[in-house]
Amino acid sequence: MSVNEIKIPTMADMSAAGDSPEVLFWVGCAGSFDDRYKAVTKAFVKILNMVGVSFAVLGPEESCTGDPARRAGNEFLFQMQAVSNIQVLDGYNVKKIVTACPHCFNTLKNEYPALGGNYEVIHHSTFLQQLIDEGRIRLKEGGAFKGRKITFHDSCYLGRANNVYEAPRKVIEALDAELVEMKRCRTKGLCCGAGGAQMFKEPEEGKKDVNIERTEEALATGAQTIAVGCPFCMTMMADGVKNKEKEGQVEVRDLAELIAESEGL
Amino acid sequence: MDYLPQILFLLVLAVTAFIMYKRISRIKSTIQLGRPLDRSDNPGERFKVMTLVAFGQKKMFKRIVPAILHLFLYVGFVLINIEVLEIILDGLLGTHRLFAEPVGYVYGLLINFFEFLAFAVIVACVIFLIRRNLLPIRRFKARELTSWPKLDANLILVIEIVLMLAILTMNATDQILQTRASDLAAAGMHAYPVTGALFFSSWLVPLFDGMNTQSLVVIERAAWWFHIVGIFAFAIYITYSKHLHIFLAFPNTYYSNLNPKGEMRNMDEVTNEVKMMLGMPVEGADQASPAEIARFGAKDINDLTWKNIMDSYSCTECGRCTAECPANLTGKKLSPRKIMMDTRDRAEEVGKSIASGGKGLEDGKFLLDDYIQREELMACTTCNACVEACPVNIDPLSIILQMRRYITMEESKAPASWNSMYSNIETSMAPWKFPPTDRFKWADDLKKESSTEK
Repeated sequence: MSVNEIKIPTMADMSAAGDSPEVLFWVGCAGSFDDRYKAVTKAFVKILNMVGVSFAVLGPEESCTGDPARRAGNEFLFQMQAVSNIQVLDGYNVKKIVTACPHCFNTLKNEYPALGGNYEVIHHSTFLQQLIDEGRIRLKEGGAFKGRKITFHDSCYLGRANNVYEAPRKVIEALDAELVEMKRCRTKGLCCGAGGAQMFKEPEEGKKDVNIERTEEALATGAQTIAVGCPFCMTMMADGVKNKEKEGQVEVRDLAELIAESEGL
Repeated sequence: MDYLPQILFLLVLAVTAFIMYKRISRIKSTIQLGRPLDRSDNPGERFKVMTLVAFGQKKMFKRIVPAILHLFLYVGFVLINIEVLEIILDGLLGTHRLFAEPVGYVYGLLINFFEFLAFAVIVACVIFLIRRNLLPIRRFKARELTSWPKLDANLILVIEIVLMLAILTMNATDQILQTRASDLAAAGMHAYPVTGALFFSSWLVPLFDGMNTQSLVVIERAAWWFHIVGIFAFAIYITYSKHLHIFLAFPNTYYSNLNPKGEMRNMDEVTNEVKMMLGMPVEGADQASPAEIARFGAKDINDLTWKNIMDSYSCTECGRCTAECPANLTGKKLSPRKIMMDTRDRAEEVGKSIASGGKGLEDGKFLLDDYIQREELMACTTCNACVEACPVNIDPLSIILQMRRYITMEESKAPASWNSMYSNIETSMAPWKFPPTDRFKWADDLKKESSTEK
């Protein structure tokens, strides 16, 4: 970013200038507020800038998709959020959305159509994979991740919920890293414990927390990096690694962060 | 006098058919207590799913050992029905091995093949009994698998073994009788059609070889009657048992959810209200309000859809769902299998009560609390592992989410931290309590960071 100032256009600015972007980057609440996940948002925006993708964000006009409310059972609140968001999105004539949150992805893609919001929605792992396939992101051979062991934690709302299993793995393979799989992966992937609005309450009584179980499995692979593609998984896995006192040796990183790091962004 | 066995057989068949008709009607009307749900779309895709998942056992093969053993039972069950058809016809017509003559030498091959299946079924059932009762397999030790469910599972396996032993006994004595045509003729009885050597039942021949012809005829007939009456009784038993999956797996997979697993069904009954709140035009607002909304979400089985209830009757309690459930794996009370068993038990209770003129749904009991505890529902991470794991495409998650809707929308009894999350979304447009004005702060930070990097 030494030559050009980083650009973060909003839909409002673009629309005022009579312009419209190719794709809307839906940042999501975690990407906007959560300290750890803001780094992912920034990494992804840096990549979009580097590649020169025509994008915009909603900025202050963005609002929760309603996913946690719906999963917890508050259908009314979900629909209030969804219908207002659809009004904003349709107001800007949005056609295509990319997001770094599988929960936002699932809700926007699968649940907004029933309320009249129809968009092409893709998760950032698929988006990154497409940029790599198209040659718009060229990863240097023997880069920062060469030979590094990375394991990928499948997010439920990306994997089982929407059958996206390969895109994140292709991104990791493009880094020239060694992808190691956990015992439970892909369709059998174990949840991090945060979905279904569990993120917003204490777990029920049990023997163990789900994220500890999953972290143990991730650590058993011997990977130095646990790659994730979801803000909730990020929190849960990072907490798990901390609980196991492995912060020094093992890092939890989002796919966009890995690409950005490899590109020196 | 000669017609007596035929009349008796017809009577047994008619009684079986009548009881089966009553049971099927009861189960059908119980399933129909559920709310309507349209699954008539896309028959081509549905047929494909049924072919792969039910006929093709696709999802069973995620666990290879039980899959192969189960395949023996499945193929055995389907193909032995050809022999059962012959037995029924023999019973009605007073013939013996009706197909032997028209089919010719192929008949011997066929019966040998059926004997192989019978043998394979016995082997599979014995291994299943060992797995279920002796091996430390976690999904067979769960708290919901006590008393009746445990007995039911063992009964099914034992009955299958006994029925197959009856076939083999019948064939063993039959084989010997085939060689005693002169004895039979002397006693004024018909000769037994020659099938050729029957491999598996010949193992039992030494047990019967020394007996006189008269005793052999009695044993052969007794085994024949025991086998067919056993099958009829088993068919009726199945309708009271988790074993119903052998029939319901087919319609249940046909009516599978074809949408992405992550998608929750929209509650259309809320949408108009939401649009009015937001001052938006509402379609059909001038018309009379649509069908009365009984309840938001599900408190009892009639709040669920018919597919949820069909799911519950299709469940054979294998526990693959529970074995994959992150909540269950970490010691929480939730077990997706129990959700299905509770739903079926409640449906059966209501169905039985209605059929006997009882109070039905008004008996003061509900699926929620009387069967399924709130703690179970609250522990679900909606990860879809249970849905993915089910070999017959049962969806426990759908029930859990509908019941959560009831707890939040009708009772306002969501956990306090969820209520805070709701109010955060309402006031801050995010599930956390951050000032909405900070939402775009990351952009300023990023601009600052990248300009200092210059």
